[in-house]
Amino acid sequence: MQLNGADIVIKSLESQGVDTIFGYPGGAVLEIYDSLKKSNIKHVLVRNEQGGAHAASGYARATGKVGVCLATSGPGATNLVTGIATAYMDSVPLVAFTGQVARSMIGTDAFQEIDITGITAPITKHNYLVQKVEDLAQIIAEAFYIASTGRPGPVLIDIPRDVAQAMTDYEPIKDVDIRSYKPTINGHGGMIKKAVKEISQAEKMVICVGGGVLAANAAAEVQQLAKMKNATVVSTMMGLSAYPDQAEEFLGMLGTYGNAGANMAIQDCDCLLAIGMRFDDRVISVPDKFAPKAKIIHIDVDPAEIGKNVDVDIPIVGDAKAVLAEINDNLEQKKEQLVQSVRYPKQGIPVPDTLNVPWVMRLIAGMVDAEKTIVTTDVGQHQVWTANSYPFQHPRKFISSGGLGTMGYGIPAAVGAQMGCPDNLVLAVTGDGSFQMCMHELGTIMEQNLPLKILVFNNNALGMVRQLQYHYVGERYNAVHFERSVDFMKLAEAYGAKGYQINNQEEAPSILREAFDNGVFSIVEIAIDVDDLCLPIVLGGHGIDDMVTG
Amino acid sequence: MKHTLAVLVENNPGVLAKVANLFSRRGYNIESLVVSDTEDKSISRMTIMVDGDEKIIEQVTKQLHKLVDVIKVNDLTYDETVRRQLLLVRVSADRENRGEIIQLMDIFRARIIDIGRRSLIIEATGDEEKIDAIIKSLQPFGVQEIVKTGISAMVRSPKDK
Repeated sequence: MQLNGADIVIKSLESQGVDTIFGYPGGAVLEIYDSLKKSNIKHVLVRNEQGGAHAASGYARATGKVGVCLATSGPGATNLVTGIATAYMDSVPLVAFTGQVARSMIGTDAFQEIDITGITAPITKHNYLVQKVEDLAQIIAEAFYIASTGRPGPVLIDIPRDVAQAMTDYEPIKDVDIRSYKPTINGHGGMIKKAVKEISQAEKMVICVGGGVLAANAAAEVQQLAKMKNATVVSTMMGLSAYPDQAEEFLGMLGTYGNAGANMAIQDCDCLLAIGMRFDDRVISVPDKFAPKAKIIHIDVDPAEIGKNVDVDIPIVGDAKAVLAEINDNLEQKKEQLVQSVRYPKQGIPVPDTLNVPWVMRLIAGMVDAEKTIVTTDVGQHQVWTANSYPFQHPRKFISSGGLGTMGYGIPAAVGAQMGCPDNLVLAVTGDGSFQMCMHELGTIMEQNLPLKILVFNNNALGMVRQLQYHYVGERYNAVHFERSVDFMKLAEAYGAKGYQINNQEEAPSILREAFDNGVFSIVEIAIDVDDLCLPIVLGGHGIDDMVTG
Repeated sequence: MKHTLAVLVENNPGVLAKVANLFSRRGYNIESLVVSDTEDKSISRMTIMVDGDEKIIEQVTKQLHKLVDVIKVNDLTYDETVRRQLLLVRVSADRENRGEIIQLMDIFRARIIDIGRRSLIIEATGDEEKIDAIIKSLQPFGVQEIVKTGISAMVRSPKDK
């Protein structure tokens, strides 16, 4: 069948089972949009390409499928960059399509020409500049394969306009085999044996779950292991929702903004099983002060993560689900000899009895169906408070920018999550600073009639930076206070949303109830005190058990 | 310590940029780099000299491997290898000392490939030590210009007893 490049793009997306893409049209993608019109794929017109990349990421994280975004050449492509980088740091499977000027124009600084494969090389798992229309179908199939296997990540495909116009024979691609790309699934037998021996004998065992547990759908295997061993479980921010918060053995998030109990457990344990996490500096603070007494077993699908930041005793490269299943089988067989671990006590974070973020998030947790509620956040104090106070019970119900810390992620990510999970209540938790970073996506929410709820905690400040100025520069606050506040209620009205304001604890339950039940796009503004701090906190240079509490 | 990495990559456009990008982004320093196609036209081989301790080299190797276009990374540092680089050097020479230079170059099995009125161009191949020795020996005559390739390396074949 003879098709043009644009038709091949759309046919390939259909054969990958793509049902939704997030995009913004332009001159270099005219043909692709023309082909898209003939397809059943739902196109969500975002308001800025950055929103498109974030929405695709939110969609991918909520559904477990590959997110797809589309932008034109030049500024369309560069606007994607922050979104792609955010997805790269959090290992989110994304395929980003960009238009490019015609091949004959490449390198001439043509109108809206930019070297997007060059720009995105360090922030993509792989990228392609399509040179011939004959290669297009194969490249798209490879892109989806690379994005979704091994350690997931974003892949970018740059398509010159004349490639989209050129005709060729199209055959759907059945199998992808890339000789230079073979992710490891099963762990090394010898290492697994060592790990099993170490785990069997450990007297104080802590399991740390990272985002890789969600990516590998290994939550059940982690729980099985923790139960068998009576181990304590902690989580990185990216791992939150992989382990049910209500479980007695779960102590919450560790790290510089972590739960004190989780940090103490790490520093005291004799065996740390780290799964699908990368020992980020916000997790470990100082490498040589981290888990000083523990033998560390590290399971990760990306060999480059092993030994990168922290030396480990037993490295296991492989898929978390496959490796854990094998470890569990081995442990099961010698159940009698298995030493039962001491379990560390659960301790919550302090929740003052005022109108503050943890108090509101706890209240919300009691009002919603956890299995059908997705919480996205932006970046800052509200993010840390939400991570620490909202009890995530089910995988993929927490979506937040962990690695890159991208303010402006939460609202477009909520758009993607709501598109992917229309029967879920989607709550975009944000602050008045982050909100204004991707505020333009309110237009998308309005247009798509998405019933999502934006909870904007307003302290008229960039709270996290302000808190850092409090700790590090002697309270010499600079450029962190907004002199004038946005009228969020007028903003809600402008974008066809229902607006609510919460100014005290008493009115919070009824207003939230109404906002959650009204079935439409709502913005709830909640006034909080600018002096509220994210506590405890580990300051730079200190071990994670050396926390500032006030 | 200097390591020699042999990196087999897909012969795709942009591969060199991706590899170079990786080194600069992660703060690794390329001492020298040689790229050429191989017996298989779809594969290029990069011979990269990089300085760093074992931990850094392990990361370099793993990060290189993460690039989808990279097929194989071998650290040749501890293997028995044949190592060669090509040197072109323009040295001042007149009728008086031309003979002396030619004699000297014979010792190194280097060749004179161009003779001008006041200078010669000499071509030599060898490992780093030999190339350094040649340059040193020419310095008294006045070295005007030096061009070197990076090191190419190949593992020696196994020998019979």
